[in-house]
Amino acid sequence: MSTTRTRTPLVRGRVGELMPRRDAEPKVTGAFAYSSDLEAEGMLFAVTVRSPHPHARIAAIDTAAAVATAGVHAVLTHADVPGRKTVGMHRADQPVLVVDVVRYQGEPVVIVAADDLETARRAAVLVVVTYEVLEPVADPERGEVLRDVRIRHGDQSLGADVVVSGSYEVGMQDQAFLGPESGLAIPDGDGGVDLHVATQWLHLDQEQICAALDLPPAKVRVHLAGVGGAFGGREDVSMQIHACLLALRTGRPVKMVYTREESFFGHVHRHPAWMRYEHGATPEGDLVYVRAEILLDGGAYASSSPAVVSNAACFAAGPYRVQRATIDARVVMTNNPPCGAMRGFGAVQVAVAHEAQMDLLAAALGIDPVDLRVRNALKTGDRMITGQVIDGPAPVRELLEGLRAMPLPLERGSLRADLRELPGGVANTTHGEGVRRGVGYAIGFKNMGFAEGFDDYSTARVRVSLVNGEPLVEVHTAACEVGQGLVTVLEQIARTELGFEHVVVLPADTTVGSAGSSSASRQTWMTGGAVKAACEAVRERLHELAADRSVEETVEHHHRPTFPLDPETGQGDAQVALCFAAHRAVCDVDTDLGLVRVVEIATTQDVGRIMNPAQCEGQIQGGIAQGLGLALMEEIKTENGLVRNPNFTDYLIPTILDMPPVRLAISETPHPDAPYGLNGVGEPPTIASTPAIAAALRAATGRPVTRVPVRPDDLI
Amino acid sequence: MKHPITLNVNGTPYSVDVATAQSLLYAVRDQLGLTGSKEGCDDSECGACMMLVDGRPTNSCSYLAVQADGAEITTVEGLGEGDELSPLQQVFLEEGGVQCGFCTPGMLIAATALLQANPSPTAEEIRIGVSGNLCRCTGYDGIVRAVLRVSREGASV
Repeated sequence: MSTTRTRTPLVRGRVGELMPRRDAEPKVTGAFAYSSDLEAEGMLFAVTVRSPHPHARIAAIDTAAAVATAGVHAVLTHADVPGRKTVGMHRADQPVLVVDVVRYQGEPVVIVAADDLETARRAAVLVVVTYEVLEPVADPERGEVLRDVRIRHGDQSLGADVVVSGSYEVGMQDQAFLGPESGLAIPDGDGGVDLHVATQWLHLDQEQICAALDLPPAKVRVHLAGVGGAFGGREDVSMQIHACLLALRTGRPVKMVYTREESFFGHVHRHPAWMRYEHGATPEGDLVYVRAEILLDGGAYASSSPAVVSNAACFAAGPYRVQRATIDARVVMTNNPPCGAMRGFGAVQVAVAHEAQMDLLAAALGIDPVDLRVRNALKTGDRMITGQVIDGPAPVRELLEGLRAMPLPLERGSLRADLRELPGGVANTTHGEGVRRGVGYAIGFKNMGFAEGFDDYSTARVRVSLVNGEPLVEVHTAACEVGQGLVTVLEQIARTELGFEHVVVLPADTTVGSAGSSSASRQTWMTGGAVKAACEAVRERLHELAADRSVEETVEHHHRPTFPLDPETGQGDAQVALCFAAHRAVCDVDTDLGLVRVVEIATTQDVGRIMNPAQCEGQIQGGIAQGLGLALMEEIKTENGLVRNPNFTDYLIPTILDMPPVRLAISETPHPDAPYGLNGVGEPPTIASTPAIAAALRAATGRPVTRVPVRPDDLI
Repeated sequence: MKHPITLNVNGTPYSVDVATAQSLLYAVRDQLGLTGSKEGCDDSECGACMMLVDGRPTNSCSYLAVQADGAEITTVEGLGEGDELSPLQQVFLEEGGVQCGFCTPGMLIAATALLQANPSPTAEEIRIGVSGNLCRCTGYDGIVRAVLRVSREGASV
């Protein structure tokens, strides 16, 4: 209300302003309590006994020696799960603890709680599980189809004069959040439990814990503990149910903290992908058709695979106008590690293929690759390959032209360049001889929020009271701060709407309605929208505010409805909104050794509205680092279902020396459906950064570079 | 077997009994209750557990507590003065050096060690100085900016 705003015109920390994140101070002093830092009086420590085999039948589980160990309080198997014995985001197909058949390496079989971690670990070794080892299904071509998505868009008989085709692969990436899975479950003495955990979606955890424990929601309260990164890997449950089971069984608080190796087995990964593409165009460079066959390995359980394959299909052609699309995308189940949500899910994989295809097509046509993209750029009013008309912003052309206009980094100087500026660095593998520079462009897009008819919403409770005559705003949601900066943005929104300086975002928990997941680039839009709406409702009643009377409103914010895809044609208005980012990579390659140095990444991204400039830039830079990792080094390697590199020695993530400077330009085209016109920010940086690097490597070497992560052998 | 040792952490001596195989990280986290230092990998790869041991940046997950007997140890909790943040902590907060923050304690320790050895490092020297510390969220740019600012402002760490 304008009167409120004029009364306190100088309140700082509103939407759009530079404001340090609210949780940064405890994070720089070490006071911030992550889920692994929690403790409670009399707590026990718990560990997990995991299957060493990717596929096996369990003949017997002998826990007697573990149970008999001094200091051990509980040793539980599937028989101790009182309620539903399976969990899962889309379908409950994953056992809480293995019942009879192990379907991936590292699957939890037994859980042990003891006085201390050492005792728990020693007792776990004493658990004897007799396995009848089965041959794993490790080849995704032999996997059982979990979901296939067919898109038949336009006249299916359309052909073209200029045709290019290629096959592409994407390796299995890990979220590699730095804070391993952990939490503390505290029994309430009355049959209920409080779980403090690092997660992305409190209410989904609660729902699954309740089902497994056979308890009503009132008996299971889930509280967000400090989260050490997420990136999709905390959407499925890991130790949540196990800790609660043990706490209720022992009557004692139970803490579980995964080791790094366990963490590789404790969460889903990014689906590896195999993609065959064919593009057809007119001689002038107008795209006529895109045909694609896309295979994703979902591993042992469903997780969010159905949504991932949907995205892979819907965004398979990239942000381009296409007259005809023929897309067959399927996700299969194997005995490989389960795959699910990771930043940019589905869109990341296909961008590697559709952007390589655009470069191939440009070469075949003799057209500049950026010109070809601009010529075919989707814009507002166009139809996507799902038939949906884009009614929000689609600044594809603007992003590409803005990116192209950005200055290139300086050419490397003489042959006497600083070793540290060369591929191989101080390993002294080259003084510049054999080093070639390449420049590559790519653009990607993805949906904000959940699609295909899911009624997505978030809930916010906002309360204003007077404390010593000064208004205090309390914002309560179940939205998970996972590092992205949500709590700060929610505070800025409440301050903007109510005009009061003193805003407190309360800890997130399940005593308020669901906020949905901190994933799919949705949380600022959805929970930001809920907080804004709750503030507006409170503002209407501020006249009731008195020393002894607070004003409180709880509001649910739903986005506009979406609709399913037609199962035969893949046509449907499945998406709420789209977000876009373009990337340009400049890479130097030692063409003798296949070593790469990324010189610079430039990016243009449209965010709708910058809510907090520093956080917005931080999301973009961090997302690019993960895209660079997928392009050059990050891959979980499996061999017949066995993970070969479950540690940071062998699974490499970019260090500061791997990250080049990022040149960025953020644009703000307001999205008409969103609070403040904002759009999703978190995922787009991770989509086209990977193919831009692949393109730069192709330009530098002339090699096809059809697989990421790129290996030295691919470049020589 | 337990060993009686003295850990001088952030200027305070603590007498503790530790097992032979106890890491310095777990002695400090579990026995002293200073949980600022993190375990990210238990393998000397990520640097989240980094402490200064007699001024030297050390991955405390892979350093035995008994080795630190009598040593002067600085953890993230010891970087500020009372309630005052150190200049480095302040600029990390202001320059976007923190997102999830799990790497921050180790990153601050590495940067502190760097600035003590070289009060005015270049951007390249900063990158090398903290190259043993993984950050999964920020893309590192805010971290470099923060250390550069301290370097330029010449604030003592």
